[in-house]
Amino acid sequence: MKHIKPITKGTLKETAKKGGCGECQTSCQSACKTSCTIANQKCERA
Amino acid sequence: MVHSYEINGTKIVLDSESGAVSLIDDITFALLQALGDRIPETEVLPQELADKLPQFSKDELQEVWTELLELKKEEVLFAEDPYEAISKKPFVGSVVKAMCLHIAHDCNLRCRYCFAETGSYDGPRGLMSAEVGKNAIDYLINASGHRKNLEVDFFGGEPLLNFEVVKEIVRYAREREKDCGKNFRFTITTNGLLLDDAKKEFINAEMVNIVLSIDGRKDVNDYMRYRVDGTGSYDTIVPRFMDMAESRNQDNYYVRGTFTRKNLDFKEDVLHLADLGFKQISVEPVVSSPDKDYMIQEEDLPILYEQYESLAAEYVKRKKEGNGFNFFHFMVDLTGGPCILKRLSGCGAGHEYVAVAPNGDIYPCHQFVGDESKKMGNVKEPGLDESISQFFRESNIYTKPACKNCFAKFYCSGGCPANAVQYGGGINNPLPLSCALMRKRLECAIYCTVMQQEAENE
Repeated sequence: MKHIKPITKGTLKETAKKGGCGECQTSCQSACKTSCTIANQKCERA
Repeated sequence: MVHSYEINGTKIVLDSESGAVSLIDDITFALLQALGDRIPETEVLPQELADKLPQFSKDELQEVWTELLELKKEEVLFAEDPYEAISKKPFVGSVVKAMCLHIAHDCNLRCRYCFAETGSYDGPRGLMSAEVGKNAIDYLINASGHRKNLEVDFFGGEPLLNFEVVKEIVRYAREREKDCGKNFRFTITTNGLLLDDAKKEFINAEMVNIVLSIDGRKDVNDYMRYRVDGTGSYDTIVPRFMDMAESRNQDNYYVRGTFTRKNLDFKEDVLHLADLGFKQISVEPVVSSPDKDYMIQEEDLPILYEQYESLAAEYVKRKKEGNGFNFFHFMVDLTGGPCILKRLSGCGAGHEYVAVAPNGDIYPCHQFVGDESKKMGNVKEPGLDESISQFFRESNIYTKPACKNCFAKFYCSGGCPANAVQYGGGINNPLPLSCALMRKRLECAIYCTVMQQEAENE
């Protein structure tokens, strides 16, 4: 493509099929304690 | 929805629903800005759009239009939102799996901005007993159903004031986890004043993460973080934190600071921590009532935006030079990360995550401890107040009107529930100031990640 360079195609929709196991870290147990920061958490199944 | 933006001269588009990210040129940026949130599926560029952008030739605009339509087909842009239906289902069976143990409602600092009223949480100062701590471990094992990984954060006040009990609770949990098929992950948050070699050894053996509280430059830190006698903490804690970070191979820890209206140039504090040699850094905006003179105001946003963007440029530069560090709010996994169900539900306060006061009383999270209207039970007895639990469980990005047209919703999950309840307009109406900062941080995080990826591909 000349004008648009996709960097990542995104996987959110795919994760709806197999996600939700709940084994991942609770966000506030990482560093935040005051700001809900979800997107830098890791998937336990990845 | 698509969100196109420019940061440090780089133009980026995020498709919120798919999570796809693309770099775009000037003409694409202009067309997306003119287009809004939906794209008509006509092969030919609508004349009214061409009329809005007379600075570009129609042929060039048509080229962009064709690329946009192609990416829509691939669900890289203008992807539909299929998640609202599942937002109503997944959390019915959620179980408590993480606990914040308030091991000490007392502190050897008197930080000006402390949301815990300098450690006491508006109640009597006191320490958690080993018995209450063990009850909490039993409670968590029983409440967590089939979940294997359980998290316990030792928090305060200052948890090192009660470290013998911390050790006893950890030893107890290690004994119990073998029989129960559970895996405890411990973390601890400390101001560092009581950190010594023996505690370091125990923490490094048992804790998957440690949060070390420091705000940055000496004058900034000591203005906010001082002892009962008024003396600052910086000179005591810096060498201990550096030693702790090195002992953990510069991983699995965070130096964690708070910035306020008194240091709106917080970028300097982040870089100061990086210059000291720390590789895992988090510096976050203060949480407080708006009447405090250190609380950030709406009018401060332009300078904070500039600080985040400028920090992002320096962050990318240092990474490229091999002298980088991780900044908690600039870390985002664009190819994976948490599943959509996690992104819908957020932190899980009140149903997956709870806080326990020294007397064993349970609250939805550490920021609610001491609020009697939010007391959910006690670790000596099984169960949780279902109405409070439901109040939190049912809130997600689709119950929050402000999230509807926000590109950041799948990254912040609608923000901190405690912040919304305490300072916003209720659990489903986050504080606009918090949202504004979150959006800027996300823009910067995506920018940093894209720039790093591009540098690696060079």
